[in-house]
Amino acid sequence: MTLHLLASFAPPYWLSTVIKVLVISIVVPTTALILGMVFLFKVMSWMQSRLGPQEAGPRGTLQLLADGVKFLQKEDIAPNGADMFVFKAAPLVVLMSTLLLYVALPASAHLVVANLDVGIFYVLAVSSLSVLGVLMAGWASANKYSLMGGLRAAGQLIAYELPMVLAVLGVVIQAGTMSLNGIVFAQADGTIFGWSGIGNPYILTQFVGFVIFIAAVQAELTQPPFDMPVAESEIVSGYQVEYTGFRFLIFFLAEFATAFVFAGIASILFLGGWAVPWLETGSDWYYVLGPIVLFAKVMIVSFIIFWVRFTYPRFREDQLQSFAWKFLIPLALVNIVITAVLKVVF
Amino acid sequence: MLALLVAQNIAFYVIAALIVFGALRVVTCKNLVHAALWLVLVLAGVAAQYILVAAEFVAITQILVYLGAIVVLFLFGIMLTRAKTGTDTDLDHGSGKKIISGVIGLLLLGIMGYALWDEYRGQEIGNLTVQRTAAVSDSIFSTYLLPFEVISVLLLAALIGAIVLARRD
Repeated sequence: MTLHLLASFAPPYWLSTVIKVLVISIVVPTTALILGMVFLFKVMSWMQSRLGPQEAGPRGTLQLLADGVKFLQKEDIAPNGADMFVFKAAPLVVLMSTLLLYVALPASAHLVVANLDVGIFYVLAVSSLSVLGVLMAGWASANKYSLMGGLRAAGQLIAYELPMVLAVLGVVIQAGTMSLNGIVFAQADGTIFGWSGIGNPYILTQFVGFVIFIAAVQAELTQPPFDMPVAESEIVSGYQVEYTGFRFLIFFLAEFATAFVFAGIASILFLGGWAVPWLETGSDWYYVLGPIVLFAKVMIVSFIIFWVRFTYPRFREDQLQSFAWKFLIPLALVNIVITAVLKVVF
Repeated sequence: MLALLVAQNIAFYVIAALIVFGALRVVTCKNLVHAALWLVLVLAGVAAQYILVAAEFVAITQILVYLGAIVVLFLFGIMLTRAKTGTDTDLDHGSGKKIISGVIGLLLLGIMGYALWDEYRGQEIGNLTVQRTAAVSDSIFSTYLLPFEVISVLLLAALIGAIVLARRD
């Protein structure tokens, strides 16, 4: 009954826009908080055989909220020689890129801000906008470590955008559509040699693509082992070095919210997204079940991302570049060729 | 339908004004990085205009290629070579150069404006439907296959040429 009500809820344009804006502005900080709390504090400390934060809230689960409040209280400091407008705008550009990413993420067939026909292409395009913010931050801080960090970040993001696009291409070829919901449908309706028990999640056929995509996501997030741009032991946090208080908080928020949304995109592309195998994709149950299923899959993918983050040491700059250009990109191209040939043959 | 068209027209003029303002700032502001950032406004405005005429794929391509790659490359180059904050006096040219470049700019505006006006005069955009990506790819790889391939080869030649020019050894 309730499901039926949810399915028949068709608000006017202005109301749906207001609802969408509210949902996004609540979802983005919440997801960043969840990832930070679960992985950065708890999983990381368990992996390193320590307890992690214990004081704030039950078993320290509210530590990140406390940290957030602490950041908000701090004085808003900018360096003397800084280009004030660009300095202040830079974190917002990074955050805007993150917010735009959430627009295309479907939590079920209808629970999506904008069901774009260009779907995954749009995601790749707006994710590249964060580089602008990073470069602005690096330059406007008037600090040579910042500038170096910004340049490293730009070089890295340009290099790893290519393997990411190429890894996605394999999925797009197989699904025959760029729409994110279309890719979910294609996986749900797919069969493995005629057996339709679990659909056809593309992680089985596109495993190489999945690995390349996760590696590229890691690099786009500038997380270890790809954290040359923020390498705190040599360029003292790179482009973030002059940022304190809530401006630093925005960078932090954007990084973790982007990690969440990219884990979401990965689960849509490779793990079947919001759909579960035993339920038709047209079912009204997905109004409730879709977000839960997607969230579960996001947590699994995030675990992989953060597992790598906490395990491996940092790449050197030349290793980082040659890993992208000489290993990931050729591998992704081979993957595309094989996928295209198999697509035509079958 | 009419209400939508009115809203579209208003949006068009607002975005167009922003683009023109941004373009003027690109050539008049006294800091190279600022000029590149104003260029972001101009190019993003063009993407917004594409969305207004329901050309989704073209708009996203504009963002990916121009904002995500070309402006980033500009900024990268500027910051590697001369990344002063504050005003940059070297950017000013004498009044002679200013007049010449102004005349060239106006000539270009006149020629391109006339060409567009002459081609599309009196035409009206009817019902706009969002362009399907599959239709775009079908037309690129069937009707416009030859021009597409020629442009690809041209870009490749430009790329190789740039590498040849930049190589020292």
